[in-house]
Amino acid sequence: METVLAFVIGALYAAGLFMMLRPSAVRLIIGISLLGHAANLLIFTIGGLTRARPPLISSSVTGGATVADPMPQALILTAIVIGFAVQAFAVVLIQRVIQIVGTDDLDQMKATDS
Amino acid sequence: MNVLLILPMLIPLSAATLSLFAWRSRRTQRVLGVLGTALLLLSVLRLLQSVSNDGIQAAQVGAWPAPFGITIVADLFSAIMLVLAGLTGLSVAVYSTVTMDRARERFGYYPLLHALLMGVCGAFLAGDLFNLYVWFEVMLMASFVLMALGGERAQLEGAIKYVTINLIASALFLAAVGMLYGVMGTLNMADLAQKLRDAPRIDLLTAIAMLFLVAFGIKAAVFPFFFWLPASYHTPPVAVSAIFAGLLTKVGVYALMRVFTLLFVQDLGYTHTIILVLSGLTMVTGVLGAVAQNEFRRVLSFHIISQIGYMTLGLGLFTVAGIAGSIFYIVHHIIVKTNLFLVSGIVYLLRGTYELKNLGGLYGSNPGLGVLFLIPALSLAGLPPLSGFFAKLTIVQAGLQSEQYALVATALAVGLLTLFSMTKIWAEVFWKEAAAPSGAAETGGALAKRGAVWLLLAPIISLAMITITIGVAVEPVYRLATRAAEQLINPTEYIERVMERGF
Repeated sequence: METVLAFVIGALYAAGLFMMLRPSAVRLIIGISLLGHAANLLIFTIGGLTRARPPLISSSVTGGATVADPMPQALILTAIVIGFAVQAFAVVLIQRVIQIVGTDDLDQMKATDS
Repeated sequence: MNVLLILPMLIPLSAATLSLFAWRSRRTQRVLGVLGTALLLLSVLRLLQSVSNDGIQAAQVGAWPAPFGITIVADLFSAIMLVLAGLTGLSVAVYSTVTMDRARERFGYYPLLHALLMGVCGAFLAGDLFNLYVWFEVMLMASFVLMALGGERAQLEGAIKYVTINLIASALFLAAVGMLYGVMGTLNMADLAQKLRDAPRIDLLTAIAMLFLVAFGIKAAVFPFFFWLPASYHTPPVAVSAIFAGLLTKVGVYALMRVFTLLFVQDLGYTHTIILVLSGLTMVTGVLGAVAQNEFRRVLSFHIISQIGYMTLGLGLFTVAGIAGSIFYIVHHIIVKTNLFLVSGIVYLLRGTYELKNLGGLYGSNPGLGVLFLIPALSLAGLPPLSGFFAKLTIVQAGLQSEQYALVATALAVGLLTLFSMTKIWAEVFWKEAAAPSGAAETGGALAKRGAVWLLLAPIISLAMITITIGVAVEPVYRLATRAAEQLINPTEYIERVMERGF
């Protein structure tokens, strides 16, 4: 399962980077959110996948059974919420930029570079 | 729990909330802006005093014991950074009461300023890598909106670059945090420091360390990740530029110094050599970039980059003297750089432009302002007896002790080029004949009539006085920096203070 997810994560990073390198501002946002998803999945996978186990149980009933690590999920949950807020802001920003500049071509937005 | 540790986050949060309640009253928001930042400064000064007297302070939020709960730690380095954040915040809040325009004040400028300070203070106090990430995001979110607030074309174009590069850095940071958790099973920095001492997989850890270096390097604008800074920092109103220039990249430097002194010290020959090389390149590219610029704030922006190189240079040396030099340099740099941006704002108010070719003759009309520019400018270039001289001196001495002669030579040459840039601004803005007036925004007389001129000058004069004071009384500041550096190099006390107490 880890191997499959590793490939999925790699594909997500690749797709995210590819989208970010396009000149369109809309694809930039899609690329950013793909990168965010890739990072979240990475944390999930690297924390170790444990199927069908409770994360927290009382010490009297464990009896040596494996427990799922709740930390990666907690981290991802926080990261998803933050990522959602940031991406929502980025979408609004892009929409304003397209209104004011009149194009979504990032190559046209060089006014501040020199 | 020590309440002083919570106040640096609580005060800006309360000030932001109260400002939001006073949405319709710009006057109340201004008062809250100055009051909130002044209280913040007082509380962090008190915290610095307490950390200096009683050693490192730690608190566990929610009373979960150390590696499990949320840890807040203040060592001397954090406390110094907090004081600088409070100082910059207060200066900018006072300055904003005059320079910020009506529309931005009405649409939440002050609450955002407080939120930004809250994020910065939180990042300095975080004792846990994931919390550091969360505070970074709080700070970034506020800075995104401050950058774009107002919606001018240049601002929006700058904001796209700023937002994109910071989101990439955050994604890398998050991935690095995840991998570190996967390898070590904890994210509490004190706990990590303990476990990393005899960690089995040095190669894997070094790879993760490099990921952290890139993520924080982007935020600190280290070579080769600096290009977003001069493309965006000159676009928002000058008060926003000033607080960004003073504080935000230094949060990146703070994070670099924290993880590369506390956590990743297993393979010094590899990681810290890379930091040294990057520092040299950062200094050179920053200062050469500045030479080519002809806009007041863009020149200053490129100088931020070159100065970041000095700070990371001390970190790369990884000796007490080197890190003390870095801390001293950060103290000097934040004060001076904020001040220079504030001065550029007054020039803009007087002449209505930042373009060097359209400026001139200000020494004739406003000689006092010329002096106020020269103090931070010469300090930045490193002339005695100002703070910048001693900051560069400590770094250079540390470099000589570690026998990094090439880097020392680079640092000195960059200092000379900095002086060249500052004299260029001086000659173009103050010395040469006044260019044809380009519809000046507001004359000095009109400002004086509004009784506002002292609100503009007060922060500039205070910051200039601090620069001079640090230059005259180097000893206590340097001793403080050395003690902070000793705590960073030898983290035993840090680890003990975090891990010992449950509550």
